[in-house]
Amino acid sequence: MRQRSLIAITAALAAGALTLTACGSRDDDGGGSSGDGGTTVVIGVDAPLTGDLSALGLGIKNSVDLATKQANKEKVVDGITFKIEALDDQAQPSSGQQNATKLVANKDVLGAVGPLNSSVAESMQKVFDDAKLVQVSPANTNPALTQGQNWNGGEKARPYKSYFRTATTDAIQGPYAAQYVYNDAKKTKAFVIDDKKTYGAGLAATFSDEYKKLGGKIVGTEHIDPETKDFSAVATKVKNSGADVVYYGGEYPQAGPLSKQIKAAGAKIPLVGGDGIYSADFISLAGASGAGDLATSVGAPVEELPSAKEFVANYKAAGYKDAYEAYGGYSYDSAWAIIQAVKKVVEDNNGELPDDARAKVTEAMQNVSFDGVTGKVSFDEFGDATNKQLTVYSVEGTDWSPVKSGTYEG
Amino acid sequence: MNELPQQLVNGLLLGSMYGLVAIGYTMVYGIVQLINFAHGEIFMIGGFGALTVYLYVLPDGTTMWIALPLMLLGAVIAAVIVAVGAERFAYRPLRGAPRLAPLITAIGLSLALQQAVWAWYPGAKESINFPEIAGGPFEIGSVTIQTGDVFLLAVAPISMAILAYFVMKTRTGRGMQATAQDPDTAKLMGINTDRIIVVAFALGAVFAAVGAVAYGLKYGQVQFRMGFILGLKAFTAAVLGGIGNIYGAMIGGLVLGIAETMATAYIADVPGMSQLGGQSWANVWAFVLLILVLLFRPQGLMGERVADRA
Repeated sequence: MRQRSLIAITAALAAGALTLTACGSRDDDGGGSSGDGGTTVVIGVDAPLTGDLSALGLGIKNSVDLATKQANKEKVVDGITFKIEALDDQAQPSSGQQNATKLVANKDVLGAVGPLNSSVAESMQKVFDDAKLVQVSPANTNPALTQGQNWNGGEKARPYKSYFRTATTDAIQGPYAAQYVYNDAKKTKAFVIDDKKTYGAGLAATFSDEYKKLGGKIVGTEHIDPETKDFSAVATKVKNSGADVVYYGGEYPQAGPLSKQIKAAGAKIPLVGGDGIYSADFISLAGASGAGDLATSVGAPVEELPSAKEFVANYKAAGYKDAYEAYGGYSYDSAWAIIQAVKKVVEDNNGELPDDARAKVTEAMQNVSFDGVTGKVSFDEFGDATNKQLTVYSVEGTDWSPVKSGTYEG
Repeated sequence: MNELPQQLVNGLLLGSMYGLVAIGYTMVYGIVQLINFAHGEIFMIGGFGALTVYLYVLPDGTTMWIALPLMLLGAVIAAVIVAVGAERFAYRPLRGAPRLAPLITAIGLSLALQQAVWAWYPGAKESINFPEIAGGPFEIGSVTIQTGDVFLLAVAPISMAILAYFVMKTRTGRGMQATAQDPDTAKLMGINTDRIIVVAFALGAVFAAVGAVAYGLKYGQVQFRMGFILGLKAFTAAVLGGIGNIYGAMIGGLVLGIAETMATAYIADVPGMSQLGGQSWANVWAFVLLILVLLFRPQGLMGERVADRA
């Protein structure tokens, strides 16, 4: 009996290992595509294309796709055709790292857009940096990604030179929400909840710091388990704490049910979150009682920016099945930044890609500057976006409607 | 304000759901000594069965009083078909095989069912909203009970009572007990053990389906992964209560649900424990409880000491 079980386990392991190698061996083909018809440059995309967060991920993928098509149509870089290679990270750091390795292995990839989640970014940064491959995230908001672990202690140090982002950070987003909640919405007792992920915990911490500084009171804190849907115990605590607002650091798959259960428990108070809950799916998950819930998101509302009109029209015209969601404009700008950097490198090298194209593109990225969908796109010494605009949205009916737009100042 | 009564009710509700799903684990284990890890997915299929009836069979705007029984029926049919199919085509061919084979089959089946729903059910790549019962929450003293939870509160004890009657009093039920005690002797006594095993799978599926409808009504959504974590919890509940014992499954579910809720609500208030409290630690405390129970009662709360068969 024991012998047989051993054989079974060994067989299973062997089968698993064989499958894995089979997956790994596909990587390197598709290279050497430079022929007479010009050179192909691939922009990698890494985002959750399946699972709970796929609504946001597919918006990112489609927007990058749109940017490359636009660049090809306008012949932004002479002799170069842009293509995308989109990989699914399922919001898992381990998948993100595998995808990063895969993109690095493809010689045609000169830049990558993504990922969505800060925790995934942590696992990808080093892989890309070792290969000097530039990465631009449209959505990561954790400050440590660009400013190092001790960013809050005043020692800012950029860990990876190849990492850039078009999104603003939680160092700005959390405090901005705190100011809105305290000064504009006049809520003085907050219950702070997070999901313990890099993004959620960071956001909740920056919110709490600023909120206390302003004079608000944190009447309770709680960390939820993102794998469950039962928040009734937490909801009861919120109700009994006497809070008049809930701040949630996390994403919409949990925020929606959480908002619903808090209201069902009898606490008719708004739930406020960051860009992670700014999705149409939040509204459908939170149900009718979600009206009045608030979210901050990076940048001005894409629909209202004159620079974004063209993007929105092109996106519609391209006929994508999924909406561009919260990060569409930022993803388009991220891809466009890579295209601009490639253009600079090609122009400096007599219209051809140099041998060390990846390193050159990464270098060029630092000085990229153009007017994008979301406003002026350029990067500071840490690789953060210089555009620090934020908007507060509130749930009205079945839509998010902008309440207040502004720039956060320390 | 004293939140203990409300938290107890929260725990009771969560625990009833664990209990309903745990019955399927414990019954199948009791009879064929198989830990059917695909049972969480049977639960999930039940949820989608109910949803299918609501979305595609019933005309729009049917009141829940008419829709709910039909949805329940749809859930039960879907879950039973899949469970019996799994028994017939995945487990029965392995009846004489070493114990690891059906176990790994169960894990594979669990993944396959999840991915099948993910790939082929329209819209299942994200959470799908489940219909809810209209009407405000009920206030009893300081306790608030949601309309959707009333279903769970009513249905869990009723179905438990029916199951107890079935197992104790009917011919098939007694056949199940006999098969659980000794399959070979039961066969010699003229019991069709193959049929008994199918009945055990089907009954487990019925309870999982009822639990799935309760889940949908309570949380207002179903998704393809909903059975995975809940299945693990229900399995834990079955072990806690004493695997193989149907009352143990229900008691284990209730104990687990209440323990998790209490851990979320109160551990953080114990001096020096604030770091270890809150919902993200609730699972840890639930498993601490499980380990403690198994240390002193390896057979579980209600289990009987049997020769180690696993």
